[in-house]
Amino acid sequence: MPLSNRHLLGLKDVSREDIQLILDTATTFREILERPIKKVPTLQGKTVVNLFYESSTRTRISFELAEKRLSADSINFAVSGSSVSKGETLKDTVKNIEAMKVDMIVVRHAAAGVPKMLTRISNANVINAGDGIHEHPTQGLLDMYSIREKLGKLEGLKVCIVGDVAHSRVALSNIYGLKTMGAKVSVCGPSTMIPKYIEELGVDVIYNIDEAIQENDVLNVLRIQLERKAREYFPSIREYSRYFGIDKARLEKSGKDILILHPGPINRGVEISSEVADGTSQIILNQVTNGVAVRMAVLYLLGTLN
Amino acid sequence: MKLVLKNVNLLNPDQNLNQENVSILIVDGKFKKIGNLVDSDTNNATVLELDGKLVVPGLFDMHVHLREPGREDEETVITGCNSAANGGFTGIACMPNTEPAIDSAEVASFIKKQAANHLVEVYPIGAVTIGRKGETLSPMAELKDAGVVAFSDDGVSVKTASILKRALEYAKMFNLPIIEHCEDESLAGGAMNESINSTLLGLPPIPSVAEDLIVMRDILMAEYTDSKVHIAHISSKKSVEMVREAKKKFIKVTAEVTPHHFSLTDDVVKTYDPNVKMNPPLRTKADVDEIIKGLKDGTIDCIASDHAPHSLEEKEMEFEYAPNGIIGLETEVGLAFTELYHKKVLTIEQMIEKLSINPRKILNIQVPQIKEGETANLTILDVDAVWTVDKKKFLSKSVNTPFDKKLLTGKPIGVINKNMMFFEGNISKV
Repeated sequence: MPLSNRHLLGLKDVSREDIQLILDTATTFREILERPIKKVPTLQGKTVVNLFYESSTRTRISFELAEKRLSADSINFAVSGSSVSKGETLKDTVKNIEAMKVDMIVVRHAAAGVPKMLTRISNANVINAGDGIHEHPTQGLLDMYSIREKLGKLEGLKVCIVGDVAHSRVALSNIYGLKTMGAKVSVCGPSTMIPKYIEELGVDVIYNIDEAIQENDVLNVLRIQLERKAREYFPSIREYSRYFGIDKARLEKSGKDILILHPGPINRGVEISSEVADGTSQIILNQVTNGVAVRMAVLYLLGTLN
Repeated sequence: MKLVLKNVNLLNPDQNLNQENVSILIVDGKFKKIGNLVDSDTNNATVLELDGKLVVPGLFDMHVHLREPGREDEETVITGCNSAANGGFTGIACMPNTEPAIDSAEVASFIKKQAANHLVEVYPIGAVTIGRKGETLSPMAELKDAGVVAFSDDGVSVKTASILKRALEYAKMFNLPIIEHCEDESLAGGAMNESINSTLLGLPPIPSVAEDLIVMRDILMAEYTDSKVHIAHISSKKSVEMVREAKKKFIKVTAEVTPHHFSLTDDVVKTYDPNVKMNPPLRTKADVDEIIKGLKDGTIDCIASDHAPHSLEEKEMEFEYAPNGIIGLETEVGLAFTELYHKKVLTIEQMIEKLSINPRKILNIQVPQIKEGETANLTILDVDAVWTVDKKKFLSKSVNTPFDKKLLTGKPIGVINKNMMFFEGNISKV
């Protein structure tokens, strides 16, 4: 069964069947990644461009590795700064790349909507590797894969997304994907970091972290982007970590085993204490291998759509 | 030269004129005879058989950005005037955010000189402050003498309450309004309206309260100084409500709305098409509903395009980085008639008030009269014509519009002014 869309721009309109298909395909690739020879010839002869307008190490390497494991030819096209500062329009850049006869474009950009714009400019399959504060669908898929791997299911689980929901591209992708798969989703963070009208997406808003721990099976803890404008949205890091940080005392007080995800890199002592990060509680950090498997699944399913 | 407009309906609410099926003889640009014409009237005349089309006082758009001086690649005074004529207008007021800004008599005179021989009258709006920086008052008296009809720092609000107070007090001497782009500076800078859609699209939001705060400030200041404030491109529910209340108290506040703010909501931003990026941003259905109500009950005095030409390369940028604004002169009449007249929001008299009479009154410009002996300054409208917008046929130098290919009902057929006629795409002497 093929995917019903030729691009992956976000998880907003991706059906349950499609998500299921991606996660199941990823399971197959995950097994391949455990073999001594980790390469399959599936995308031989296909060309994939990793078009990164924003610096990203982990996501880019993960995609690059996934492409190589599938035997695709990959090109890395890193543009420092936006098209504005470069003096070349996005359209020109993409037209140039297309002239190189590429089949797929993996794009990361600081401005929301760029992957969608690319689908109007280019004929290649477009995969969103993160656009502004909009979506990061492969991260959402990878989070779901990891939860499913640990807990065996997604349906009926209670998942809370903690932190700077308003400035996160991971939050929306998680909300859409998890809800489609039948999980109950809530968000928890300082009220200035919860986007207005988020309840209309069918998520609960919690302002108390202890309550969030108590009521959920999974916490997906977002990184506080200290380098961005996020700092203006709460009075101090001390206050943030005191009221929303997850530490050992908090987890012990709750008296329950809770699965914690973090897309990384962690600000230790801010959203998660070092003790928790390095501890033995169920915590998933930087699911590198899962990430490669999920991205292989997406590339494979889109690349073989013809 | 003799011109006959045969079989037209005349409408000018300003002179209580509503006359069906008459003919007009125009000689050397003046109304010579209105009524039943005889053979000697039509001898040697150019005769336009108009078959029941509507003739109204020339339409007027009080919010246009001509990019001259500074960005002649996007629009010049002449191309802007051509665009206006094609859109059915015989008069426009142009905003001062040029480079340099219209903050000196020289720039105002230059623009007037560029337009001097055109059918479309151009009335510059002077900057409130030098360079629109919000620091020093512009030479308002000199600007007035150079032909300026209002003052505005459009693009931004007058920066501080104290400079606004002084500007209103000073402008009161000349009975000229301050036109305000209402947006609190500290809440500005986003890419779209704050709503569920900004959350879904991941675009930085501009809350409607940014507009409301300045509308409130400006109403209070208009009341305090007893001077005139005109609210440009009103877009939020609360702002319309505040203007309505202010008018009840006889505070000297007037307001305009753009066609995009009464015909679109921020749902269309889902395309990430930079041609739906404007400031103020498109808002929600509740806002549009209140605007419609405000148009109906007279809270909103007039319709203005906020015609904002931008080059193709600038508008092809990422949504967040693209500049704000769309062109509007050539779709304004069609959108207004489609959304307001044919949907029975406004009567035909109210339509003409909002597209021709009220903007002139706000700017103290005489409303053209359809009367023997007067200069013929008129627009011919086919209010039932169904047509499809084609941006390739625009006379504006820019094409940044979200309305290309849109089906509209109501169309300007031609305009006459200053002894010239624009008809079927050509300007000729009459």
